[in-house]
Formats: sequence, structure tokens, C-alpha cells
Amino acid sequence: MPLLWILVIVLCLGVAGYVLGRQRAMASAGGDRRILHSLPSYYGANVSIFTIVPALLVLTIWLFVQPVVIERQVTSMITDTAIEDAGSRGLVMTDVRRVAEGLDVAIEQGALTSEEARNIRTEFTNVRSRLGEVGVALGSEVTPEVLDAAQRYRELNRIGNQMMTVVVLILAALGLGYAYARTHQEFRARNTVEYAILTILVLASTIAILTTVGIVLSMLFETFNFFQLYPAQDFFFGTEWAPTFESDASELGLLPLLWGTMYVSVIALLVAVPIGLFAAIYMAEYASARVRSIAKPLIEILAGIPTIVYGLFALITVGPLLRDYFAEPLGLGTSSSSVMTAGIVMGIMLIPFVSSLSDDIINAVPQSLRDGSFGLGATHSETVKQVILPAALPGIVGAVLLAASRAIGETMIVVLGAGAAARLDLNPFEAMTTVTVKIVGQLTGDTDFSSPEALVAFALGLTLFVITLGLNVMALYIVRRYREQYE
Amino acid sequence: MSDATAPSPTAPTSSLLKQDERTRRRNRAETRFRAYGMAAVIVGILALILLLTSILSNGLSSFRQTFITFPVTLAEERLDPQGNRDPAEMARVTTFGYAPLLGQSFVEHVQSIGIETGLGPREMAAMISDEAPGQLRAMVLANPELVGETITLELLAGGRIDGFFKGRVTMASAERDNNVSPEQLLLAEALREQGVMETRFNWNFITAPDASGQRPEAAGLGVAILGSFYMMIVVLVLALPIGVAASIYLEEFAPKNRFTDLIEVNISNLAAVPSIVFGILGLAIFINFAGLPQSAPIVGGLVLTLMTLPTIIIATRASLRAVPPSIRSAALGLGASKMQSVFHHVLPLAAPGILTGTIIGLAQALGETAPLLLIGMVAFVREYPSAPPDGFFDPASALPVQVYNWTQRSDPAFVERASGAIIVLLVFLIFMNAVAILLRRRFERRW
Repeated sequence: MPLLWILVIVLCLGVAGYVLGRQRAMASAGGDRRILHSLPSYYGANVSIFTIVPALLVLTIWLFVQPVVIERQVTSMITDTAIEDAGSRGLVMTDVRRVAEGLDVAIEQGALTSEEARNIRTEFTNVRSRLGEVGVALGSEVTPEVLDAAQRYRELNRIGNQMMTVVVLILAALGLGYAYARTHQEFRARNTVEYAILTILVLASTIAILTTVGIVLSMLFETFNFFQLYPAQDFFFGTEWAPTFESDASELGLLPLLWGTMYVSVIALLVAVPIGLFAAIYMAEYASARVRSIAKPLIEILAGIPTIVYGLFALITVGPLLRDYFAEPLGLGTSSSSVMTAGIVMGIMLIPFVSSLSDDIINAVPQSLRDGSFGLGATHSETVKQVILPAALPGIVGAVLLAASRAIGETMIVVLGAGAAARLDLNPFEAMTTVTVKIVGQLTGDTDFSSPEALVAFALGLTLFVITLGLNVMALYIVRRYREQYE
Repeated sequence: MSDATAPSPTAPTSSLLKQDERTRRRNRAETRFRAYGMAAVIVGILALILLLTSILSNGLSSFRQTFITFPVTLAEERLDPQGNRDPAEMARVTTFGYAPLLGQSFVEHVQSIGIETGLGPREMAAMISDEAPGQLRAMVLANPELVGETITLELLAGGRIDGFFKGRVTMASAERDNNVSPEQLLLAEALREQGVMETRFNWNFITAPDASGQRPEAAGLGVAILGSFYMMIVVLVLALPIGVAASIYLEEFAPKNRFTDLIEVNISNLAAVPSIVFGILGLAIFINFAGLPQSAPIVGGLVLTLMTLPTIIIATRASLRAVPPSIRSAALGLGASKMQSVFHHVLPLAAPGILTGTIIGLAQALGETAPLLLIGMVAFVREYPSAPPDGFFDPASALPVQVYNWTQRSDPAFVERASGAIIVLLVFLIFMNAVAILLRRRFERRW
């Protein structure tokens, strides 16, 4: 039975359970809902939950486990000679699966009856051409052994699916019966239903943990594979980045990429921190409410613009501008993509980040400190420099660190603005590359996930993750540790 | 301002009415400081204006396209030699069979309206887009009765001719260009005066699929917009319920313990993880491990869901927190359970805030590019994905990725199109943010 039908039947049972549970509860109270412990709908919901949840849970687990079990059963049928012919066990199994699927497709299209498909023999029929007719292309001729395995695969799958249908439907029926039998006016239906809802809420909030675990595990696993193929010290301390197609000759040193990342980030911060900080001071301390209500949203629009827009801005406007008016007249280079281009544009992107965080922090400094300073005769700027900024410093440092972590992890601006050449150079008008650019470069297009050239991207990703995580944690720590408590 | 080191109050060395040097210096410092602040604000706003003008000035022209209108004779002996009008038979004639027809008709039309040109027929035909024969073929196959007739068609002009009318291609640049000659541009100019060529608004830029690197004039955003739309559906369907459920748990039910702390730390960290790391996650888990197809909106949607969740959770928790405790107490006092008080009273009151947060999260997800590059969305996709749910698994592009894709092509006409695509993207973002602001204005309650 197709999966969709099982789902529909289970859901129908669930709906039926709702109606039945509600009716039974009302009947047990003699039609007077005041006698019931919970509202009638809770009794209905209770029966539906018992019908649907266990059945679907088993269905999901079954769908994951069945292929694994069948794979194991079928793999044991394949002899070592067949594996040697094909190259590896995995390749034989791929053939087996394709033949099995091909037979199913042929039956579906009416090219074969299920009887014929079961009795098909390589000795009498050219299985490959037969399957080719229904649109399933096979890489090589089908050997009797593969065909046998494929037949066994189909057989096991058929049995498995039948068992699954039966088990799931019986479970749904049992759940319905059990909950229905328990439905009574004294039964605390609301509590069970609410417990179920609470479980869903808890599961939803664990997704955050699962995501982190997924990120860390996926990168750790592939990074480990990478270090099996490429020595770790060469990666961390290598000063040469030159991947080639012959794996042995590749130089995959992290340092030039890290240098590019840091250089771009420092320039970005040199642009963003002064502008952002002064803008925040001006808006928090000097600007009239009218100016503030216009300027603040305008600057914050910068934060809502997608980074690809900044990337294009760097590529078509800032890059050529810097090249024509600075780099070429000064004899510093002829490349329009450069560290400077990416740094300046990224700086613009970070302005609202620094300014709105600092603005909040400056506003949180209590008015009494300002009044005290004014009372002692300080000018407004002296108050800002000597009273407000020191008080707000931990928060501002936190904001700068968060901005730095943004800068290091930023991708599109550097992909379009900084260039792709890995080099260790001081000239800011030279094209350099960053960790994120190389992650994109190594993982887009056709990639072979067993080569160090592709796997290095995971090691780069992990490095990036660790650096940004470190900066974020440090930022939070500084903010918490040194925050002044004004009461 | 008195000087602290003044010798004695009885013998003032300076007047309070006259500013001394130090006061003047301090006041100058004050003015300077204030000017720095104002300059910073102005620089920020100027940057925004420069960014937007750069994109607009480069991109607005991509919405207009040059078309050539002329009668085309659909010769029967070329298109349907058997004369059966059977589409299956006529499909054997490839676009190479249609191209000469177009070229010939164009040359005849130019001669008939009496424009003198030194160009050969081949060079004149080259002014029509390479996309045109394919369009004509699709049109004829859809309606075989057209064969043998002469119909007036409006066809795309080549990218360079279009660029000439938009100022991108000049006589000087055409001298150096192998793809176009100054004579062709002169002819184009003459044709425009005759009304044969016309530059007008081009809906196809928004609806057509992408085109190959040689024919920028035909490239459109249709597949990318559809792909982005599918991804937003996935994000909305997954991120909103999960985000709201997680926030309700954390804000209303969670006890203060290690587990809750762990979740909180994770959420705040995920909000700051670089987006490209989510792309690596998607590649490793959804594609390599779970075996989902590359370039599919479902994978993009899943990755963007994980990215958007922290935003939605943070916004939802803030709006749940804004509902005053008295509402909860009143519900509990009337005999509601904790769950009922949350779902029947707190959640509806927090709904506008949650919706606003969700829309802002979606807008963020719509503009995200880097993770999508890693899950194969850069692929060249010409086919529209089918209707959901199958369409979620078909290859598609996405708006920001299409922009990136176009910047990687050599023809400068694609720069214009990339900027045009950004304008479309920004229009969507402005629309979403405007809806969010309206929702907040309309429904937000102050307690």
C-alpha cells in the first residue's frame, strides 16, 4: 500500500477517534458537560492523539530502519568476485538498487507484468535493454548475481512494506481502542492532552541544540577525514594555497586565507567603528527627536539590505572607483577587486550594527551621571568622553567584537569584492582572498567529497566557526562581566 | 567657568563675561566633536544613498528591452516539408531551420522600407537575438496552422543592439567588439527612427527563465522568483510553528535549569553563526547524508529555516514577555490551565509581534545568498519547477543567487541584469518590511 494511503487512513482514524471520544465522554456524563472533568473536545483530542502519534512514530522509525536492514540482507548475497569486478561493494549495491527500481518502474508503466518481472532471467532476456525502454539507464550489463540480488531486494521490500502497513494500522486501531476505553467522565483528558502539547514544545526548543550539534558534528567528521588525507600542521601553518587537480601536489595552507580575512575585517572595522560610534553618540546625545526619528531608521536600512547587494555595489561601483582614482594613480595595482574594496563596503554594512548597539548602550547610561558631570561644569563632549563612554565601554567593546565576528564570517561581499588569489601581502589595493571565499570556491560546482580539495572546505568552515564562536562568547562575557549596574 | 587655579576671589584676573582662551578651546572642542558626530551620521546616510543610486542607475534599464517588429514569412518547404501540419513531424526542424527564415524576412523588410546599408544579410540577421528562432519554433509548434502564412512578429534584438540604445555600447566600443560593428548600430538607429525597433517595458525580465551567457537579452528572473517563493513557503511552514513552540516553552513553561540554559546559549549563538556555516551544514546533512536533491527549494528552505529560527524565537519571546502577567493571572483565576491561559489569551495578544518578527525573519532569509551557493542553487536552471509539492524537489534558482550567477558572466549586459534583479529583490524586501511596520502600527498594544 502506498505511503500516502497509510497516512490518510491513520489520519481518518484520528478524526474518527476525535468524534467517538467526544461522544463517549458526553454519553458517560449523560449529556451534561458540567459533570465532565475536562471540556468535551479534550476527550476527543485525547483519543486522536493516542491513535495518530504512536502509529506515525512507528511508521517514521520503520521507514528509516527498513532500508538499512534490507541492505544488510542483500549485501550478504553478493560474492567477493562480483565486488572485484565492479570495483566496490557500494557500486554493486547501486546496480542492485537500480535494477530493482527499474523493474518496479517497468511494472508501473505496463511494460512488464509483475509475474514477468519476478521470473525475468538474464539468460533469456536482455534486462538492460528492456529497462532502457522504460527510461531506466544502466551502466553495465546485468549479471545473474545482480539480478538475483535485485529480486531478493524487491521481495524483501515488498514483505517489509506489507508488514509496515499492517503494524501501523493495527497500532492506530489499538491506540484508538485503548483511549476510547479509557474515556469516562472522571478521566483527566485535559492533563494528557496538555502533556502531549508540552512534549511538542520541548521538542521544538531542542531543535536549536540539534542544529548546533549538527553543525559541529558534520564539520568535525569531514575535517577528521581531511586530516587523514592532508597533514594538519601543513594546513594550519602552510603559507601557500594552491589546490590542483592532482591531489598530491595541492598546497592547502590556511595562513594566506586567514591573513586576507583579518586584513579585510580590520579595514571594515576601521571604517565601521568610528562612523558607527560617532553616529551613535550624535544620535543619543545631540540630535533632536526629529533628526533622530529620520536618521536612525535611514541608517538601520543599511542593516536590512542583503549582503549580495553590497557585493554587487563593491563589484560595479566601489571597486572600479578605487582602482581608477587611488590604486592606479598611486601605482599600487590594477585590480578592481581588492582588500580595500571589500573592507570599505563591509565597513558600510557594519555601520548600523555598531551604531544601533552602541546607541542602546549609551542610552542605558543613567541621566544622573550626565547631570552630575554637567553640574561640575563639563561641556557636553567632555561628559561624553569622560563619563558616558567609560561607563558604556564594556558594551561598546562587545558590540565591536560582534561586528568583528560578522566581518570574519561575511561571504558575499568578499566573494564579489576581494578577489580569489590567495596571497600574503601588505598592499591593500591587491586582490586577496578569505576563508569564506575559499569555502564557496571549493564546494560549488561538481565536487568529489573524497578529495582533500573538497574536504578542506569543512576544515575551513570549522576554523571559521571556532573563531566566530570565540568572538561571540568573548563579547557576551565582556558585556556581562564588566557591565555597570545602575540602580 | 572659573579657573581652579585662580589666585584669589577678591582680585579676578578675568571676567566671566569674557571668554578666556581655555574656555574658547573647550568650546571649539565641543563644536568639533559635535561636527564629527553629524559627519558620521551624514556619511552613513550618504553611503545608503550612493548604494541605492548605484544599483538603481545600473539596474533600471534592465526592465526595458529592445524589440524588432517585422513580418516573417513561414515558408512551408522549410518548416513542414511533408505538409501534414503534424507537430511531431515538424519538431524535427530545429532552431537552425528557423534562424535563416528570420534573417531572410528581416533583410527583406529592411530593403522594403528603403533603408540603405552596407551590411551583408548575415550581419543584418545577427542583430536579432539568438533566442528568437527558439521562440518562433515554440510558437509554430504550438500552432501548426501558422505555417505558410506571413505574420508580424515582435522579436528580441541582440544584446549589443539593446545596449546601444541604453548607452552601454557606443560606436567607439563597437569598433573593438567582435560581436557588433558600428554599421549595425547605424542601421539600428535608422530602424528605430522608422519605428521597426523599439525599446519598451519588458515583462519577460520578471517572468522568463534564465538564458545562456551569449544571450543576456533573453535572461529573466522567473525561475529564481519561483524558487525563492517556494523556499519562503518552506521557511514559513517550518520556522513559524517551531519558533513559536520553542518560544512558548522557553518563556512560559521552562524551569530554570541546565537544560534550559543550554537551549538559551545555543539560540543566542546560532543567531551569530556565519550564514555560510549553515550552508556547510545543509550540504553535509541534507544533501550528503539524507540524500535530498541538490539545487532543490526544499533543501534551501530547510537551511534558511534553521537560520531564521533564532530571529523568530527572539522576536516571539520579546512579544510574549510584553503581555502583562495580569492577563495570565486572570485566566488562571477563572480556572484555565496554564496551557489554556497561554494558548487562549497570551498567544493571541502576542500574535502581531510574532507576525512582525516572522516577516522580518523571512525578509532576512529572502536576501540570504551564501548558504544557497553551497547547496547547488548556482546551477543553470531553465525549467520552471513544477507545482508544489513536487516542485519543492525540482531544481530551481533563487533571487540573490541569480544575482551572483549573473555577476560571474563575462557579458557586461549581465551587470545591468544583476542590478535589475537586485531592484526586484529590494522591492520584495521593502514590501515585506512595510507589511511588518503596518502590522506593528495597526495591532501593537501598549499596556
